[in-house]
Amino acid sequence: MAIGKEKLIDMYRVMVRIRTFEERVVKEFAAGHIPGFVHVYSGEEAVATGACANLRTDDYITSTHRGHGHLIAKGGRTDRMMAELYGKKTGYNKGKGGSMHIAEVDIGILGASAIVAAGIPIAGGAALSAKMRGTDQVAVCFFGDGASNTTRFHEGINLASIWKLPIVYVIENNAYAETTPISYAMNIPNIASRAAAYGIPGITIDGNDVLAVYEAVGEAVARARRGEGPSLVECKTCRWHGHYEGDTHTYRTKDEIEECKKRDPIPRFRKRLIEMGVLTEKQADKIDQEVGKEIDEAVKFAEESPLPAPEETLEDVYA
Amino acid sequence: MKEITFLQAINEAVDEEMERDPSVFIIGEDVGKHWGAPFGEFMGLFDKYGPERVRDTPISETAILGGAMGAAITGMRPIASIMFVDFMGVCGDELITHLTKMRYMFGGKIKMPVTIMSYSGAGLSAADSHSKSMYGLFMSIPGLKIVAPSTPYDAKGLLKSAIREDNPVIYLQHKALIFGGLKGEIPEEEYTIPLGKADIKREGSDVTVVAITLMVHRALAAADKLQEKGISIEVIDPRTLVPLDKQAIINSVKKTGKLVIMDEEPKTGSAAGEISAIVAEEAFDHLDAPIKRVCAPDTPIPFSPILEKFWMPDEEKLIKAVTEIM
Repeated sequence: MAIGKEKLIDMYRVMVRIRTFEERVVKEFAAGHIPGFVHVYSGEEAVATGACANLRTDDYITSTHRGHGHLIAKGGRTDRMMAELYGKKTGYNKGKGGSMHIAEVDIGILGASAIVAAGIPIAGGAALSAKMRGTDQVAVCFFGDGASNTTRFHEGINLASIWKLPIVYVIENNAYAETTPISYAMNIPNIASRAAAYGIPGITIDGNDVLAVYEAVGEAVARARRGEGPSLVECKTCRWHGHYEGDTHTYRTKDEIEECKKRDPIPRFRKRLIEMGVLTEKQADKIDQEVGKEIDEAVKFAEESPLPAPEETLEDVYA
Repeated sequence: MKEITFLQAINEAVDEEMERDPSVFIIGEDVGKHWGAPFGEFMGLFDKYGPERVRDTPISETAILGGAMGAAITGMRPIASIMFVDFMGVCGDELITHLTKMRYMFGGKIKMPVTIMSYSGAGLSAADSHSKSMYGLFMSIPGLKIVAPSTPYDAKGLLKSAIREDNPVIYLQHKALIFGGLKGEIPEEEYTIPLGKADIKREGSDVTVVAITLMVHRALAAADKLQEKGISIEVIDPRTLVPLDKQAIINSVKKTGKLVIMDEEPKTGSAAGEISAIVAEEAFDHLDAPIKRVCAPDTPIPFSPILEKFWMPDEEKLIKAVTEIM
């Protein structure tokens, strides 16, 4: 696989940025600094990173309630994200969306939705728009195993398949829809096998191997750009935390969670980069430190940013 | 001026807007080649604009409305055809939590120029799954504009404005006006009607009657009969329920002192309820009789013509309500 050194290093940095952001969010949420609900992405970093490493700024993504990783991987700024989580005026959505709804259309982030599977038809519409406008933009639609059992999965993928839309469905199969294990919710071992029902390619890969994700999504993106239609990439991964922060996590054993943490995609990639001679331990440590500083500054930015004026509640309903 | 039908007026509006703006396209079930939508409002457009811009879909309401949203936020101006308005329940989440909320939740950084076109209204014995209007339900969704025309003139001018809106609009086509072959005069030249401007369909001095779509025609028929009894009603057609031309209604109430609202939907949670509340809140001192709502009962819409007739507001029910407050 021909990936430039810079790109590999950038992918490592993105993964560390996601993890560091998320673990800080957990801490700040526990301290009562972040209102509402948060759903963190720790453990799944390889999926967003590997997928988005194939995208241009003008390509589109749709994201989910567990969306911070997608946003960072697509080029989102951690300070404006953190400010949004804090409900501040400087946040990406001016404090009107919060953790579950961050959008930045200028860099192709068409928004996270906290309604499971809502992004599937929306991403399809963006892909349709790209096709109708005669561009070669591609849409990547992130969703989980839970979304794969909804109406929109069928309606959205079917419609995209008949119109050969430039879209890639990236399924983050973390094996649980809230508390419900996939083994209970589906009668098949691999969601990717559903691709056959739509006559599109489907592949199941190790979602904790960032290079495997990069390669599989890369092929699917190239196919979409060539006008050959949608693909489905199922990335098997696992989440470190509960469904949301505060989840008592009673439906998973300690052993299972420990096992998940042993599959941590970040040290795995770091080790590989060092073996490949792309990074030294020292260089990797330096990246970790730089990211730590970035996230400290993001929190500081969020803390010091002004709150929106209460009357701003009344703005932005209509254009 | 020229005389055209309600359906032709809708067709002309879509045709003109598609010609004017290449980002306008239609997405929906059976909108294209064969039917031009089940009642034919898009007839001829497939031949003129082709399958790229008149996009037939499988039966997939969530993919239609969700797809329209994705296209709208990335530079297109879709018309999402959701056949019967009852089917909005199928894509209810798209309507309630995404189409009408994404702009707000994203801090105002996107525009959502989607027009939903849908058949509304009872009177054709289609039972509850193909007969509702749900004005009140739609009014309770912040972020949505609601157009409900009663004449060919309004149908065309308002639809052109709806398509040009940078906000989501639901455009309700009353099927009894389509099937009744309602005709009316429109100008030869291009025109639009702004959203949020009511029209006084008949001037009067004794009672203000606010009526919506088909009910406008029933109110006008009742007006003639009431005139014979010496009662003069003023018939106000709000034309759009959001934005609602409150001032036109209040101005009329200031003149008449009495208000009846004729609205083809169950009374509880109806548009009539909202209009009543607005007038009670903002023009109470001008009222010299209780506000009356001529609505349907709080039941589903029945099938059998005799039951459906009982369910629908009509001239007799309006005349009775008006007479009671005189």
